[in-house]
Amino acid sequence: MSGKTDKGAKKEKKDRTPMPEQEPAERINNFKEVALGYTEEDALREASRCLQCKNPKCIKGCPVEINIKEFIRLISGKKFGEALAVIRERNSLPAICGRVCPQEDQCEKECILGLKDRPVAIGRLERYVADRELKRLADIGKECVYLDGNYKCSGEKVAIIGSGPAGLTCASELAKMGYQVTLFEALHKPGGVLVYGIPEFRLPKDIVRKEIEYLKSMDVDLRVNMVMGKILTIRELFDQGYKAVFIATGAGLPHFMNIPGENLNGVYSANEYLTRSNLMKAYEFPKSDTPIVKGKRVAVIGGGNVAMDSARTARRLGAEHVYLIYRRSEKEMPARNEEIEHARQEGIEFMLLTNPARISGKDGWVNSIRLQKMELREPDSSGRRRPVPVEGSGFDLDVDVVIVAVGQGPNPLLTATIKELGLDGRGLIKADPETGKTTVRGVFAGGDIVTGAATVILAMGAGRKAARAIDEFIKTGKW
Amino acid sequence: MYKIVKKKELTPDIIQYLVEAPLIAKKAKAGQFVVIRVNENGERVPLTISSYQHDKGIISLVAMRVGKSTALLSELEEGDSILDVVGPLGNPSEIENFGRVICVGGGVGVAVVLPIAVELKKAGNYVISIMGAKTEKVLILEKEMKEASDELYICTDDGSRGYHGFVSGFLEEYLSRHLANRENKKHGIDRVVAIGPALMMAAVARVTEQYRIKTIVSLNSIMVDGTGMCGACRVEVGGKTKFVCVDGPEFDAHEVNFDLLVSRQKIYCDQESACYDLYKKDCKCKK
Repeated sequence: MSGKTDKGAKKEKKDRTPMPEQEPAERINNFKEVALGYTEEDALREASRCLQCKNPKCIKGCPVEINIKEFIRLISGKKFGEALAVIRERNSLPAICGRVCPQEDQCEKECILGLKDRPVAIGRLERYVADRELKRLADIGKECVYLDGNYKCSGEKVAIIGSGPAGLTCASELAKMGYQVTLFEALHKPGGVLVYGIPEFRLPKDIVRKEIEYLKSMDVDLRVNMVMGKILTIRELFDQGYKAVFIATGAGLPHFMNIPGENLNGVYSANEYLTRSNLMKAYEFPKSDTPIVKGKRVAVIGGGNVAMDSARTARRLGAEHVYLIYRRSEKEMPARNEEIEHARQEGIEFMLLTNPARISGKDGWVNSIRLQKMELREPDSSGRRRPVPVEGSGFDLDVDVVIVAVGQGPNPLLTATIKELGLDGRGLIKADPETGKTTVRGVFAGGDIVTGAATVILAMGAGRKAARAIDEFIKTGKW
Repeated sequence: MYKIVKKKELTPDIIQYLVEAPLIAKKAKAGQFVVIRVNENGERVPLTISSYQHDKGIISLVAMRVGKSTALLSELEEGDSILDVVGPLGNPSEIENFGRVICVGGGVGVAVVLPIAVELKKAGNYVISIMGAKTEKVLILEKEMKEASDELYICTDDGSRGYHGFVSGFLEEYLSRHLANRENKKHGIDRVVAIGPALMMAAVARVTEQYRIKTIVSLNSIMVDGTGMCGACRVEVGGKTKFVCVDGPEFDAHEVNFDLLVSRQKIYCDQESACYDLYKKDCKCKK
């Protein structure tokens, strides 16, 4: 489907430029990135599809309002460096967002071309300019755009808790303003969900590492192995002279279904399964020391991106059958279309309108899962149609690994140590959506710990807004 | 990087490491643990903090060589560093003046029960300690346990020292003797803290249940992050799923499903022994 490329014809209709990808049969045997990225030719061709609307709606669809029209115009003029600069004004992690943003629900959803045809592939273009710069730097022996080695921040001290998308963005914005930023991370590696959650084949960890190197070059003091609330309290941070604290601890608490058999050996939370594989590199066991149970018949419960990541990881770890079990229909699946499509291409077997009732085992190990068919009734509070079990539809499926990917909640480890901090019924921090201000003076919060599990770009947007609000708070002292 | 300032072989396989970790030492309380990672490819291993010197910034960790990770750790010498040490994690032990408390430690579990015995004694309890090991040669921290206790009893599986048998057997005899004595009615046993292999803790729980003595155990399940993020360490307590890392590590022994704990501890047995064998073979080649 590469489309016709008749020269001469002005603005003739061009199909959306496809993304070069690793073939499914090949990629299920490795953890390398699936989407290979546009070539220059692809990027120019795709950029030429942009209508350069007078009133560009795409920009409003972007949570951080990148000047999309302008960066695409610059790509068309082969001014790739300038295009990247335009993106960076608003988004400090373009190589990451170009890969994992749900563009189809944001900028690309608003694209006028999308009315009759498919929208401009904005995300792929964003990725292209970011990757091109990383490649250019690598060619001259650099990892990232290090700021001048003498870059020194001398402003007031700000503490950021959590080094995922919200924390990283807030840190970079504040460092740019000259604040002395300390970024605390509980795990041994920074990056949060970008590192422990999203698999290598969707977001290479080297890209995350480079973005973090960039941050370090901005004099951000990164401290890993710091479980805040345990090793230091928020009160103590203020005592140490920090003027503001930004909490961005994410949604790291796995939900289970509370059905019988969930504690059998071979049953994982998606968080554990992905952490073992991504953060601990269990797919390289025994080269890496962390093991993982490699099932032959794996059931993944859930229909979001985390479920797709788990299913595709199981496939790469050698599963012959991976069943994706989701209680609603494909239309209601929260996962991105691209992920669903990739999962299907990789032979993931979808069992829709199906829900687990119990997990059974032998000698402590899971060996089967009891499923029942569901049907959709009237919409529930989430606006999605409510699934109810079809009577007498139960059946058993033989499996040796079950991965539960039915959502994550906020981790109470830190929030429990500061009683004045207002939380909602789910344990999420109550914070002003525009500023991130919480119920405690000087304490801001943003990302999944405020919204519940959402997207990378929304968390980044919250980090940016909080950085501005923190700047204002420190300058004016007004709360 | 966390420097090992002192390393001491308590037995050929059980090693004590004094590690520089000032922030952790300042906050650590009895019953809490750390997660360590020896090197870049290392797994995350939970180890209980066996003692801590707040002023010197040092924590003591005791680990038995059982697999590749603990073997790698044991290769480190004084002056070397552990790549990652995270903590203090988990909830501290409940320490107050309960009255008469029995502290039971089995094998390397003695190192874990020691700081709890120390704190219980400080809080004014009459501390009776029972420590056990396979044989006399592998008894650890006896002097320290003696200092922390009003009475100390030793058990060995082979009878080479003290009571011949398991700590649970001794405990049963002790309780029946002690509580049969009418004089002791007003000096009942107010609490038992038992730490060691899962089967030992289960056996102790069965004994104390008959006497309805509140019993606390510290569970040693498999963990990854140690902060409540993954659920690898989940156990069943009172019929409900709990995470050892954030809800524990200490629980009411009479509510713990020990069968499940034992079963879940074995998840990676095969893989881990294969990994260890590979490592040992590799070690020999180098030598």
